[in-house]
Amino acid sequence: MSIASDEKLSTTPVSAKGIPVPASNRLIALWPWFAMIIIALIAPLVFTSGQSINMLNHMGIAIIFALSYNMLLGNTGLLSFGHAVYYGLGGYVAMHMLRVMNDTGLAVPIELLPLAGAFGGLGFGILFGAVSTRRAGVVFAMITLGIGALIHSSSLMFTDFFGGEAGLFGNRVDVTSMLGVNYGDSQHVYYLILAWVFIAILAIYLLRKTPLGWMANAVRDNPERAQFVGYNPQMVRFIQFSLSAFFAGLAGGLFIIADEIISAEAVSAQVSGQVLLASYLGGIGFFLGPVFGAILVTFLASFLSSVTDAWVLYFGLMFIGVVMFAPQGLFGILHQQSSAIRDGHWRGSTLARIYLLLTMLLSVFGLVCVVELSYHYFRSWDPSAPFDLMGFTVNATTAMPWIASFAILVIGIALLTAHARPMLRRRTGANPDQGEH
Amino acid sequence: MTRTALELRGVTKNFGKSEIIRGVDLKIHEHEHHVIIGPNGAGKSTLFNLISGRLNVSGGTIELFGKRIHNLPPHQVNRKGLSRSFQVTNLFQNMTVMQNLRCSLLWSEGHGYAFWKTVLGQRDVTERAQSLMERLNLQHRADTPASLLTYAEQRALEIGATIASGAKVILLDEPTAGMSRSEADDVVALIQRMAGECTLILVEHDLGVVFELADRISVLVYGEIIATGKPEEVRANAAVQEAYLGTEVH
Repeated sequence: MSIASDEKLSTTPVSAKGIPVPASNRLIALWPWFAMIIIALIAPLVFTSGQSINMLNHMGIAIIFALSYNMLLGNTGLLSFGHAVYYGLGGYVAMHMLRVMNDTGLAVPIELLPLAGAFGGLGFGILFGAVSTRRAGVVFAMITLGIGALIHSSSLMFTDFFGGEAGLFGNRVDVTSMLGVNYGDSQHVYYLILAWVFIAILAIYLLRKTPLGWMANAVRDNPERAQFVGYNPQMVRFIQFSLSAFFAGLAGGLFIIADEIISAEAVSAQVSGQVLLASYLGGIGFFLGPVFGAILVTFLASFLSSVTDAWVLYFGLMFIGVVMFAPQGLFGILHQQSSAIRDGHWRGSTLARIYLLLTMLLSVFGLVCVVELSYHYFRSWDPSAPFDLMGFTVNATTAMPWIASFAILVIGIALLTAHARPMLRRRTGANPDQGEH
Repeated sequence: MTRTALELRGVTKNFGKSEIIRGVDLKIHEHEHHVIIGPNGAGKSTLFNLISGRLNVSGGTIELFGKRIHNLPPHQVNRKGLSRSFQVTNLFQNMTVMQNLRCSLLWSEGHGYAFWKTVLGQRDVTERAQSLMERLNLQHRADTPASLLTYAEQRALEIGATIASGAKVILLDEPTAGMSRSEADDVVALIQRMAGECTLILVEHDLGVVFELADRISVLVYGEIIATGKPEEVRANAAVQEAYLGTEVH
């Protein structure tokens, strides 16, 4: 959460004490970034189907959107329920721009179209931010909810702008490109999105290092003290909010290039909820947390929905689980464990940790079995029809699969809470993984 | 004749029907160390909150170097050259000592809401924070989060950051509250070392500290100042003895 943890990834060659840090250590400390860049560059060469590239495109867009959301939630402590407004409206501004480019042949390069979305987002961010950032906390959350509902409902009134129920279409091929690239190929679109993702990640990362970024943290932690060092918390929140809307609009603009269609769904509460979910799942206390969360949620939304009808339910369960047991987020857990390994806390407790993980997986397995059985039993036309459950063909109207599923779930949870966790606690003394950050 | 740093005229404050501050007139000279004493519930902290902009006055005026500051929000009062510390330690708990010091210097070094330059790249802020940290004897704690400092260190950090933030007038609300004798002596030494040209106004209970630091003393009782003067004058004042000091002074 603190600025201190970020400074490990700092680009400044001198530590706070003024002792120069060896260059090699700094490069090693940057490895997650290099890994990310390499994976991103080769991903579309490995996953070549149109569907996977489409998903990769949406991951990139979700990364920018989630990072912009975390500028509010993680950095400034502002919980917004209406961030889709700036994503969607940015997208609409970009779409209108694209349509003008299609209709009149306006020679604006398509590569810069996302900037139209970004400035659209910024404009609406300034407009609505002036209203919503006057207060923090619950009041702010309620106002964002209200603005979200307002914009979504007005999409039915202003059909010229929002395109009514059908939405608006554009064409990304029938335009000028400053690189001379034909964006009919979705792989080309991927690399364009990737370039913008890198720019946005770098910009949002550097923003945290500026006086505004620091004071956003300060205002989150202690708005009163911030006032007594000369800063107006309202102004800090407002500027931070506007910049966040800028990046949300950028994501919206990229969405136009990727999908060439936008409907009022883009400003809906569902999209606002999803970005909150992604950021929180990943971990709002870490810069890379929302990146991780966005990738995961985009993947699961497309993968889980093809495997099971209950995917929204799993999202909900996962969110509850993270909020209750791992508020530092999934990236936070990874970070904790890797620093625990580095500090030698794993010594003598490796087996206990693996055992804990296995009991967790067992519980999840049991839970999934129960959920799938219930879904089949209550939702299918013929509950007695045999169906595939984890590789077994079962009949949901007989007792056996239910007994087995519940037994696995109960045994898993019992081992997890009564045996594995106490064991790890004993092995490690007073749980050294807690209380970091 | 020295300038007047801070002037209160007929300041009143009501919370509903109860009158907490009942017409305070007070002139603080520039460079003066002025201590406000008074029994519990006399309104000392309320008076500080009025001066620093945390509360609005119900009546009267407050001027800082001739400029009106009453009913301005705290950040504007701060920008006009007044800074304060709190009775309860009030730091950015998640930030390290160095980060706390940097934050308290950003505005006075003119960096405002900038989002186009990094904090760590600002040499003026770094240098001032470094020298400040040395004067506070906190170098060995530079990278320690404020929440992990000892109580005395937290107080030193807060008082030091308040005094050195570039403000001309400093309010310190019970800087030695909850401290042992020797810790309190350290804080007094710290204040004397750091204060320099600043105008200091303190609320203090510890009479040892009061007579050590004060150029002048004001006695606040039930929202009114019943006496102002040099320590020995106040000590000799019969009304003060009756109202507040009682038998504590010999």
